[in-house]
Amino acid sequence: MDEPATSDGSVLTGSDMTRRELLEVAVVTGGALVGGQLMPGFIPEAAAQAAGARPAPLDLVLRVNGTEHRLTLDPRTTLLDALREHLHLTGSKKGCGLGQCGACTVLMDGKRVKSCLSLAALVEGREITTVEGLAQGDQFHPLQAAFIERDAFQCGYCTSGQIMAGVACINEGHAGSAQEIRDWMSGNLCRCGAYDHIVAAIQDAARATGATRGG
Amino acid sequence: MHPFTLERPRDLSSALAFRAHAGRNDAPAEYIAGGTDMVQLLQEDVRRPERLVSLAGLLDNRIEVGPQGLRMGAAATMAEVAAHPAVVEQFPVISEALLNSASPQVRNQATMGGNLLQRTRCPYFRDVGYAACNKRAPGSGCSAIGGENRWHAVLGTSDNCIAANPSDLAVALVALDAAVEVRGPGGQRTVPLIDFHRLPGDTPHIETVLEPGEVIAAITVPANPAAQRSHYLKVRDRASFEFAVVSAAVALDMDGGRIRQARVALGGVGAKPWRVPRVEVALLGGSLDPTALRRAAALAAEGAQGRGHNDFKIELMQRAIVRAVETAGARA
Repeated sequence: MDEPATSDGSVLTGSDMTRRELLEVAVVTGGALVGGQLMPGFIPEAAAQAAGARPAPLDLVLRVNGTEHRLTLDPRTTLLDALREHLHLTGSKKGCGLGQCGACTVLMDGKRVKSCLSLAALVEGREITTVEGLAQGDQFHPLQAAFIERDAFQCGYCTSGQIMAGVACINEGHAGSAQEIRDWMSGNLCRCGAYDHIVAAIQDAARATGATRGG
Repeated sequence: MHPFTLERPRDLSSALAFRAHAGRNDAPAEYIAGGTDMVQLLQEDVRRPERLVSLAGLLDNRIEVGPQGLRMGAAATMAEVAAHPAVVEQFPVISEALLNSASPQVRNQATMGGNLLQRTRCPYFRDVGYAACNKRAPGSGCSAIGGENRWHAVLGTSDNCIAANPSDLAVALVALDAAVEVRGPGGQRTVPLIDFHRLPGDTPHIETVLEPGEVIAAITVPANPAAQRSHYLKVRDRASFEFAVVSAAVALDMDGGRIRQARVALGGVGAKPWRVPRVEVALLGGSLDPTALRRAAALAAEGAQGRGHNDFKIELMQRAIVRAVETAGARA
């Protein structure tokens, strides 16, 4: 699909916009609009804004998986969109974009966070680890291996977020029992319902790394 | 997201000079710290500031416990406070309230100051598809009154807004007489947390006493023998990662089997974090006898007004108080 163009000739990438804005721009530019009942009275004003002046881009440096990247980004760009659309690290997934599903989970300075809830420009200097940075060369992280062994996914969309959250859960010492894992993994949803296998994989990896303290 | 200019000031005084106004949808400039609530609201077009001023790295994040009590820098994260050994030991109600909030990821990102300033979960406030919301668009009406209001408040509401304050932390803090250190362009002032949030009245879009340029710098909790024997009970629709339907924060100072001092506050039911002093007084000098506890808890219902779907909260919050007092009382 062609990128929707704005009236000033610049190009908006879909990932930097919400679904609502994408619909709005599609309306303005005559692009395809699939489904969806739009609220009367809402479109013209918002569409005018989406197509209007854009804020000045910001120069920033992101440290991801041990590498520094210089980027020039719209200030609205979330860390998740910076990773996926600008650094092309598409392992982190966009599910809800609102911090509810956990598919975008990455580690920041070793702690798990939802990358859709951080603006990229505000995490300069932090060490970001994505699922692409987990394996050591050809060697899977023990939790990645356990997910394969336990068949801990069906469609796979939530998997990288589950694995990043699971790695943190083990490191924090919150993988002592199945119940504890369920509680501390509640920020990651799996709509296929692979939860039993995900819990088993985390238990396996916690045992393999000797990190079953806590409770 | 509505376009905004992002400011990344080098020091706090530069940030305050932008005179951003926390928690006001009509403010042209707003502050952002942990961002977990702000980014959701930006994504949903609920907030459309022209300028966003970052507080990242500018605020104190230390957690200190001493003879005076607890002091938490505004930038301390929920996870840091929840896991702090002295908080767990001496202020369990605070740690429990935090661990029962949000998800582990959000607790790593969200700050103490931001937690107190998070906006209501009223679905009508958070969905701009509904035109009527006095909190989002002053004068537009309230969709929740007469709408789906199972999640809404029964205490402190008005005919203009029945939104509930969503913070668990604030309920625990208000029970323990916490205060908010506010810093602004004109200097510093201290506001008791009980006075920090405003009731909706005729102006539900003004949620706190913060003036333009003011930020939360720290939160203090005075030392109190009751804090150690405290408990946070959260009743919700699923066991984890969910906001409270009803919650109760209780702190007790016991003299043998008698209650020497009681602190009780409620969440999920108030337009702001809701302390119930009449319940506290009724508990004084009594035992943990269930009949006496039920009689005291009934006083929480004074002035409560259900709006249909949330009528059940009036009974449920009384039961939550009884259960939380029993649990706290059973603690060594």
